[in-house]
Amino acid sequence: MRRCEMVCVGAGPAGLAAAVEAARNGVDVVVYDENARPGGQLFKQIHKFFGSREHRAMERGFDIGNSFLTEARELGVEVSLNSVVLGIYENGALNVMIRDRIEQVKAAKTLIATGASENMIPFPGWTLPGVIGAGAAQTMANIHGIRPGNSILMVGSGNVGVIVSYQMLQAGCQVAAVIDAAPKIGGYAVHAAKIARTGVPFFMSHTIKEAQGKDRVEGATIIKVDENWEPIRGTEKQFEVDTVCIAVGLNPSTQLIRMAGCKMAYSPVLGGRLPAHDLNQETSVKGLYVAGDASGIEEASTAIIEGRIAGLAIAHSLGYLDESAFLSRRKEQLQSIVGLRSGSHGEVRGKAKEYLNSMMEGQ
Amino acid sequence: MAADSTRTGFLSDDELKNGPGIPSEARRRKGAVAVLECLEDIPCNPCEASCKFDAITVGDDITTPPRLTEDNCVGCRSCVPICPGQAIFIVDESLENDKAAIEMPYEYRPLPQKGDIVTALDRAGQKIGDAIVTAVKKTEKMDRTATVIIEIPRDWSMKARAIQLKR
Repeated sequence: MRRCEMVCVGAGPAGLAAAVEAARNGVDVVVYDENARPGGQLFKQIHKFFGSREHRAMERGFDIGNSFLTEARELGVEVSLNSVVLGIYENGALNVMIRDRIEQVKAAKTLIATGASENMIPFPGWTLPGVIGAGAAQTMANIHGIRPGNSILMVGSGNVGVIVSYQMLQAGCQVAAVIDAAPKIGGYAVHAAKIARTGVPFFMSHTIKEAQGKDRVEGATIIKVDENWEPIRGTEKQFEVDTVCIAVGLNPSTQLIRMAGCKMAYSPVLGGRLPAHDLNQETSVKGLYVAGDASGIEEASTAIIEGRIAGLAIAHSLGYLDESAFLSRRKEQLQSIVGLRSGSHGEVRGKAKEYLNSMMEGQ
Repeated sequence: MAADSTRTGFLSDDELKNGPGIPSEARRRKGAVAVLECLEDIPCNPCEASCKFDAITVGDDITTPPRLTEDNCVGCRSCVPICPGQAIFIVDESLENDKAAIEMPYEYRPLPQKGDIVTALDRAGQKIGDAIVTAVKKTEKMDRTATVIIEIPRDWSMKARAIQLKR
């Protein structure tokens, strides 16, 4: 069995931030990621981030990803790709499938930063080729340079829906409409404004009724919903599109967290059932930490800060960082995250995080 | 009733009218000035940091929408490519012959070229009319967000916010 001081499961913004922060303080870190490329969603983020300079605002996600990878390399962090963590034992050991072999690893501290997967909604025609997740559209356009389709119906007006719509316009697609069953646009007003000024219409209180096509999507029908989200007959609208993009939220990837027996709590705002965790990002299972979307759906910028906090806490608990240095650096990070969890979009997430923290009392 | 923009995606004239980032007509007639079309309480403040003239204020609570001090703004344009929301424009209503110039961020490719005739679009993406491109700016510091300056009739200066290329 391989032994090390810290294992990160997931090389996205949270995992990389944690690995870099811990390694900078002397911790020996191994990062596993099931993908062929590191960075999680960061390399799909071709837009400039919000926030303050300390949150790396104005920088584009893929540039942030590249700087993390450079830093990790310089600090001697091992990033093992094509490495699927299959399970976690009671003693905390992990089974990792690396290409075609299985390795057992036991770390003093383990961070689960496995991110999230996209929600899908079923409707007649949803299995047709051409119905894709917004994340898939981003992967095609922004990673592989392939236009997912010529004409797109975007289902979902949250930040993912409006940002991906903008990126599809940049890729040269037409966006026929952005629809959402909710009465109000979910994403930032400035993101919506960016696509509205190119002529993309928004249909609020509308859901997708069906997608049509023989071998692939050739059209889609939307329908208005009432205040109980029930479709109103006779309000259908038809679009000639070849792609339906689904951006209806994310579901935290908590499989390993649940397998480890962490205490879970329910938070609809943060994406569902989530691990209770304290201000150090540690769960009810001692030595097991969580950060990023797997601990509650937020943003890359909050994932990075949570990762840093976990990295600092792990360095401290392993004796690499004394109490006062740890507390002052944790304080900086906690103050920095407050700004991102305020305002009409962020405040509810801040409250929900406090709830997840409160579930740790008495543990 | 929810504000218009939460259903349409774009700010209405009514919503913008009393915005803290909108310069007065008197100021616009004097020359280039920033128009901050950012009214929502999102956590963001690079515009404040980019302004060397103390014309943009966000403050400690970074979810406060930016406020423009119009007399401090010299129309230096550094805030335009900085804004991650592409919500800042430079409007200059001091041109002769009842013309105005608008500088806007542009992240599509191909870029237009100086001298091109393009179609000016309003916030809803509706065509307003023809505009001439008088400059296209793209430096390393702008990090791949180009800006395009168009010349239009002065009446359109608070309407035209996007362009469509004709080629």
